[in-house]
Amino acid sequence: MSPTRACDVLPGMTVPAPIVQPFDWVATLRTGGPAGDRALAELHALLLRAARFEALRRRASLPWIGVAELDDLVLQAADDALVAVLSRLDSFRGASRFTTWAYKFAIYSAAVTLRRRAWRDREVSLAPELWDVVADRGGSPLQQVEDGELRTALRCGIEALTAHQRDVLVAVALEQVPIDVLAERLGTTRGALYKTLHDARRKLRAQLADQGLLEVTR
Amino acid sequence: MNDVLSRLLGPGEPEVSCEVCFEELDRYVELELAGADAEAAVPGMAAHLRGCPACSEEHASLTALLIDGSTS
Repeated sequence: MSPTRACDVLPGMTVPAPIVQPFDWVATLRTGGPAGDRALAELHALLLRAARFEALRRRASLPWIGVAELDDLVLQAADDALVAVLSRLDSFRGASRFTTWAYKFAIYSAAVTLRRRAWRDREVSLAPELWDVVADRGGSPLQQVEDGELRTALRCGIEALTAHQRDVLVAVALEQVPIDVLAERLGTTRGALYKTLHDARRKLRAQLADQGLLEVTR
Repeated sequence: MNDVLSRLLGPGEPEVSCEVCFEELDRYVELELAGADAEAAVPGMAAHLRGCPACSEEHASLTALLIDGSTS
């Protein structure tokens, strides 16, 4: 029997797809030269696409911003993302596709940029009178009593927080100030503020649990 | 629980930080889109996405971008 050559295709045989080596973004970007420059330009184009995608998703929240300004913000976000990606190439572990990994920087950069732009001229109130956080569910007399107790417990719980915890909880949870906007105004980071928010929520939950009211919130 | 109470009280479960969320977001979204158990790979991610509006928005955007890229 003659050996089957690689080009032979027998009836019923499935021809395997050619093996395509995945493009090694990290190595190519590090290489420099024409190949590195091409990879850099392609990466920027990908980041620009992702930033533009994010801007389109947020367009409705930015009706007063013209096309030219939005394009500038998108370009700025893509540029910032490119810097972030290049500075963190060493941290790419290959746990996802490189493009997915890079996209998240552009999404993050565009989201932060546009949230801050949307709130640029808006005041952030840290002490609103928003205590009626439990809507009147109009239920049975028992439910109305429970709602009243819950409102009182929430008010007391929020007042028992530290001033910083209270400010962050009220701004993010009640005023719905984007956490990046608040972080910028308070000179801190999203992560640090979320930690504060998490601690405040835990204390509030504990307070409600102590009074047997946590079940009422479900 | 109504929306305001949800925002005030948070998920009430162990959750990752915003930093870990960002680090794992690309892997998590690809696992989700592949139908794998993403939460098992990154425990506490789902709770964080329920508790952090900003991270949740970015998770939704990255997911939508990948879906858009695979269909366009």
